[in-house]
Amino acid sequence: MTETHTLSVLVEDKPGVLARVSGLFSRRGFNIISLAVGQTETPGISRMTIVVSVEDFPLEQVTKQLNKLINVIKIVELEPAASVQRELLLVKVRADAGVRSQVLETVQLFRAKVVDVAPEALTVEATGTMDKLNALLRMLEPYGIREMVQSGMVAVGRGPRSITATSAR
Amino acid sequence: MSRADPIIGTDSSEAAQMTTATPRPGTPGPKPAPPPGRAGVPGGRQNGAPGQRPENRADVPGPRSGPEQVTGAQSLVRSLESIGCDTVFGIPGGAILPAYDPLLDSTSVRHVLVRHEQGAGHAATGYAQATGRVGVCMATSGPGATNLITPLADAHMDSVPVVAITGQVARPLIGTDAFQEADITGITMPVTKHNMLVTDAAEIPRAIAEAFHLAATGRPGPVLVDISKDALQARTTFSWPPELKLPGYRPTTRPHGKQIREAARLIAAARKPVLYVGGGVLKAEASAELRELAELTNIPVVTTLMARGAFPDSHPQHVGMPGMHGSVSAVGAMQKSDLLIALGARFDDRVTGQLSSFAPGAKIVHADIDPAEISKNRRADVPIVGDCKEILAELIEAVRAERETTVADLTAWWAQLDHWRTTFPLGYDWPDDGSLSPQYVIERIGAIAGPEALYAAGVGQHQMWAAQFVKYENPRTWFNSGGLGTMGYAVPAAMGAKTGAPDRVVWAIDGDGCFQMTNQELATCAIEGIPIKVAVINNGNLGMVRQWQTLFYEQRYSNTDLGTHKHRIPDFTLLAEAMGCVGLRAESKDDVDRVIRQAMEINDQPVVIDFTVGADAQVWPMVAAGTGNDEVMAARHIRPLFEGDELSAGVDEVNEVTERALEDGGSE
Repeated sequence: MTETHTLSVLVEDKPGVLARVSGLFSRRGFNIISLAVGQTETPGISRMTIVVSVEDFPLEQVTKQLNKLINVIKIVELEPAASVQRELLLVKVRADAGVRSQVLETVQLFRAKVVDVAPEALTVEATGTMDKLNALLRMLEPYGIREMVQSGMVAVGRGPRSITATSAR
Repeated sequence: MSRADPIIGTDSSEAAQMTTATPRPGTPGPKPAPPPGRAGVPGGRQNGAPGQRPENRADVPGPRSGPEQVTGAQSLVRSLESIGCDTVFGIPGGAILPAYDPLLDSTSVRHVLVRHEQGAGHAATGYAQATGRVGVCMATSGPGATNLITPLADAHMDSVPVVAITGQVARPLIGTDAFQEADITGITMPVTKHNMLVTDAAEIPRAIAEAFHLAATGRPGPVLVDISKDALQARTTFSWPPELKLPGYRPTTRPHGKQIREAARLIAAARKPVLYVGGGVLKAEASAELRELAELTNIPVVTTLMARGAFPDSHPQHVGMPGMHGSVSAVGAMQKSDLLIALGARFDDRVTGQLSSFAPGAKIVHADIDPAEISKNRRADVPIVGDCKEILAELIEAVRAERETTVADLTAWWAQLDHWRTTFPLGYDWPDDGSLSPQYVIERIGAIAGPEALYAAGVGQHQMWAAQFVKYENPRTWFNSGGLGTMGYAVPAAMGAKTGAPDRVVWAIDGDGCFQMTNQELATCAIEGIPIKVAVINNGNLGMVRQWQTLFYEQRYSNTDLGTHKHRIPDFTLLAEAMGCVGLRAESKDDVDRVIRQAMEINDQPVVIDFTVGADAQVWPMVAAGTGNDEVMAARHIRPLFEGDELSAGVDEVNEVTERALEDGGSE
């Protein structure tokens, strides 16, 4: 697997910010593995969680270029060991009466939950790291995956400190 | 409310002493200070009382005024006046039309009506480069705005402070594919330092103040402000200064002390050091500090294409311009150096050649205001982020302290450099066919117009010769499109430079290819009273491309003959006269001085000289694209840095070197 890094990027909540960030990545040839964006506790500031592959460019060049965007306020790299990283997965699995109990067992093993049920299929909601969700998918695959959708990764540092506390000036 | 009846700021007694932003005849108000040309130092502080208002208002120059009821368009013009803008290059059109109405009344902002928006953009660039102030251009929505893209990209690559103001269709029409609608903020994102779409009239003063602040500070660059037509038409309140809201923008200007000391230690100990000076030194107005450091240390100086004039060419420590067409002494100095002190330079591929073989023995001190430039191409041993003026001032002190204990002996290094300088000086041969030498023409223009004149070049052979054979002694005297390589830059940039510095002699040194891209601005120059002088180095061809075809494409001249020799289409002297300029021609050596002097005597009209020169002259020295700098060819048969006894190389060898580079995955 390629080397990846998780960046938390605080940005001004302005039109076009997402385009600025994604445009920067594509024109500089940086690779985005995943990108999620949402509001923060501070009005006017959004937080992006970007997972980047640094095969071709050093991370330093990515963060320096990101920092040059006027609407980018702060960038923090989140180490996997020192942060909680989560993705959300919704997956519709074929599960008729014959296999339903086996599917449910798998869902329970992964502490996922069933959020919709129909006679021939279950919709499962799961959160976790990329690895965990991949493992869940591998287990569900034999039953037949009819449809799936995944969010980008969101992440927050462990411990009491906040990366947003000093930046909302 | 009429524009002729503005309310003077009433919020303090101090305001009563300030004039309105538009001085009336008979009320000579203090002219607002120009926006800062130098990074990191907010100008205009003298105009306000920084302690009395929020910190980020202190960064906005201009006298206090308002609040006052105006239209968005009036607010825009008042903002430009307040921030000290004195010239706007532009063309009106539908969406920007409301802004042009109050512009008609402004006595402090001159609008120069150009013939094409590209001309407006390059003129703003030339103005900014000549004056150090922010250049301003204006265009309407859609095609007006898209015509600005090339000059914006150009200013972005060369870090020139430019503000572009464009009209946008009214807010309810945005996104409907309306007439003359283009998503110009979307389009220009990659080629501007920043841009913004303003759809609320109340936001206009802040948008303008932020645009000027962003353009001029940190690493300078172009900023585009797109304003919807309904925002220009709406009623709003104008007051100055607005508050800047740029929480993510904090350029570092003050260098880190530890890095300075580390750099000073390397500088004092290096035996083969080189000061590698880039355009950032000019932008930081740091020429005096550079000279002080150079003379203190006796270190040789090379000035890049963007830095010509940052250090006097006549100075004995100046060893030339580095790069693809740099002098052997400058290229050699960098290749064999043990310490490169890069100041406001960015290790561009045209300077380094093949990166892997660039200056293999050199440690790198890299000083730049943009942290992203440091270690982007070549890893820096000592990175220094900051404004070059502050960096140099601190370096001088640190080096002085260091030299009390360590002073390296540079005698052997200077012997080597002098050997290169005397053995491989810049030079040229006269064409075999008896035609006029383009290098001679350019050399004579430089000699006659002198180092106080301003020179703008297009892109190609004539640009390289103008960089080589005009001798630059002063900062902000040489303007060219270094990064983007924009043909057509010269005439509008010269027009902008002359507008900003009307007392200086301004020459555009252009090629016949470049000249045919933007010469319509000569009409602007003639009508607006901007008497520039244009030397068309007319070799009848797209000369630089032709040179490559000669060297690398077996003299197969595919689409490089413009017919300007063969058919004399266009006849440049007639073209000049048709546009209200004086047209002159020189075809032999004897004509050259005479026509240049004739042009120098005409100060009330633009002059165009058609210098009909030989088509086969070539730019030397040359490092073929994709090859290493060790392969620099001083002339077509001389490879000075080649180790060993093979001191001559022919075209075949250049070809071979190029092919090898291409196989190795070189560029081009």
